[in-house]
Amino acid sequence: MNSLFLQSFLKTPLTIKAPDPDEAALRELAEALDLRAREVLSHSISIREIDAGSCNGCELEIHALQNSFYDLDRFGIKFVASPKHADVLLVTGPVTHNMKFALQRAYDVTPDPKWVVAVGDCAWNGGVFRESYACVGAVSSVIPVDLHIRGCPPKPIDLLKGLLALLEVASRPKIK
Amino acid sequence: MTNPKSLSSDPVTKAPWPRYVVDTIVWHIMIDQLVEGSLSLCGLWAESDKIHMSVYDESASDIKIISLPLEDGKYPSVSSRHPPALRLERALYDMSGIIAVGCPDTRPWLDHGQWALSFPLADGSFIKKTPSEYVFLPVEGDGIHQIPVGPIHAGIIEPGHFRFSANGETVIRLEERLGYVHKGVEKLFQGKDVISAAKIAGRISGDSTVAYALAYALAVETALEIKAPERAQWLRALMAELERLANHCGDIGAVCNDAAFSLLHAHFGVLREEVLQLTELCFGHRLSMDVICPGGVSTDLTPDAAKRLEEWLEPAEKRFNKLVQVYDDCASLKNRTQNTGFVREDLVRTYGVGGFVGRASGRNFDARKNLSYSPYDQLTFDVTVLNAGDVNARVWVRICEVTQVFSLLRQLLMKLPSGAIVYQLPESLVGDREGMAIVEGFRGDIFMWLHICDGRLVRCYARDPSWFQWPLLENCIKGNIVADFPLCNKSFNCSYSGHDG
Repeated sequence: MNSLFLQSFLKTPLTIKAPDPDEAALRELAEALDLRAREVLSHSISIREIDAGSCNGCELEIHALQNSFYDLDRFGIKFVASPKHADVLLVTGPVTHNMKFALQRAYDVTPDPKWVVAVGDCAWNGGVFRESYACVGAVSSVIPVDLHIRGCPPKPIDLLKGLLALLEVASRPKIK
Repeated sequence: MTNPKSLSSDPVTKAPWPRYVVDTIVWHIMIDQLVEGSLSLCGLWAESDKIHMSVYDESASDIKIISLPLEDGKYPSVSSRHPPALRLERALYDMSGIIAVGCPDTRPWLDHGQWALSFPLADGSFIKKTPSEYVFLPVEGDGIHQIPVGPIHAGIIEPGHFRFSANGETVIRLEERLGYVHKGVEKLFQGKDVISAAKIAGRISGDSTVAYALAYALAVETALEIKAPERAQWLRALMAELERLANHCGDIGAVCNDAAFSLLHAHFGVLREEVLQLTELCFGHRLSMDVICPGGVSTDLTPDAAKRLEEWLEPAEKRFNKLVQVYDDCASLKNRTQNTGFVREDLVRTYGVGGFVGRASGRNFDARKNLSYSPYDQLTFDVTVLNAGDVNARVWVRICEVTQVFSLLRQLLMKLPSGAIVYQLPESLVGDREGMAIVEGFRGDIFMWLHICDGRLVRCYARDPSWFQWPLLENCIKGNIVADFPLCNKSFNCSYSGHDG
């Protein structure tokens, strides 16, 4: 184990350079975020992830955000265990009817001010499951959504760009 | 079959896996054989007028399907004598309204009373059932308290509900309630053409998208009596092994993390990320989603990408081995994983549990070996089987499998055939056809059966390996402390999405 530690000190970090925030996300957020958001989010974000019927693909890539390459922590963005501790809900999946109630409950107990980021094509419009009797479809049809990050699943770099856009817009004056 | 006389000599469909229509007498004989252990249950599903059961015969390394015509929408319960069929029968009722006569547990499983309709797979319309409160199994005794967990869990994982009954720190009973991510996959398949349905198959369980897409493509190809080009078969195996490698690396690290050893989690996470980046370089998608299609694959491997992958293998394997050494040398970590979450060998056999959960408790089954499909019949690899049955054994089976994956990837790259990567499906797809496939995903064997009519799916049934693993998680946590549940759970890493469908 000691040699592993030693090597880690000697090697250059694997962490990638911070990407530019996503332009489309910046535009979507410029409309959505208010002054209160800028005050709260300009410091750091606590995220509660909610799988509302995903195939688990989005979860894998959200997990990847925490590996040494993307290292989400360095931006002050962290995942928390309870919606009661969260500023942002990161929601995936085509919102199955069996999860709709739990999603709504989680949203309700998240303290204000709060924001919702819908991750993946299923969360955008139900994706390949949108015609199903078992799915509601878009997350925005259940709870208000402030930002969509598309992809099936979105790559970690795209997730990172979207979340950085959230931080960036939050820390500059509102564009009207 | 141990009793060949029990099946008529004239199957409805023949190669490679025959399907027989049977009467209730033979149906009961099959259940006898499941109970005595000469057969393992592989799947249970229905069409409008009949119920199908697939069984694995270990002695013959063979899978057979039997079909029993329904009588007034009813069939004799399998689970009344063979418990592994229980959740399958409960799900079957929710989906089709078909009743298992004698089923010991008639609570709903996938239907939580939230859909706008009842029995979505049934012909005709039904009056929606009024949802009743779900009653958990009773646990009685002094000082016993319940801990409800989920459906939303603390980590970034899929949703499901766990009801713990504990006495102090010790778990007396865990009862799972699943179905939260039921997306209606089987209904979505119906009426889709075989090409476009591949997208749905690849999203039944995202972490096994390659295995599911492969099982689906193989089932379609069996039905159409075609084979993908040889190069495509090898590229599919390459993707499947990359998927296995990525998942094993990620999960071994995650088990360490759940034992509060984050150093290994970080390093295994680096390996996993490298695999995903290489997968994207080779096949254009980090998880190889939508690359496998009926008839072949849609993306070819370029010589440059193959070279990059090959160059990565040796140093990566060395790094992996060093990490394994750290795992093996760390007494405090072993203290958490050894003798924790013990899974009994007899249960693994009764439930026909595949994957590393089965192989860590002495069940020697790997579809790549036992039901060898191309190109694994031309590759050299070992299947590791351990008997300890604890968290540590499951980790070790996966460690050994990673070593084999490195070898398989080398063999695949070295002997990769040249030529076409996809064949056009036959223009005229008229008539009724059936296909079946079984594929070894990273988690275990995925069973897929489909019925096509004029090029469109009438029925497509997919059985995730988790169906038989989830019940054993309930059993293995008994007597462990609540705090060890995440460790046990992660060492199984069952699929919610694959199970819920």
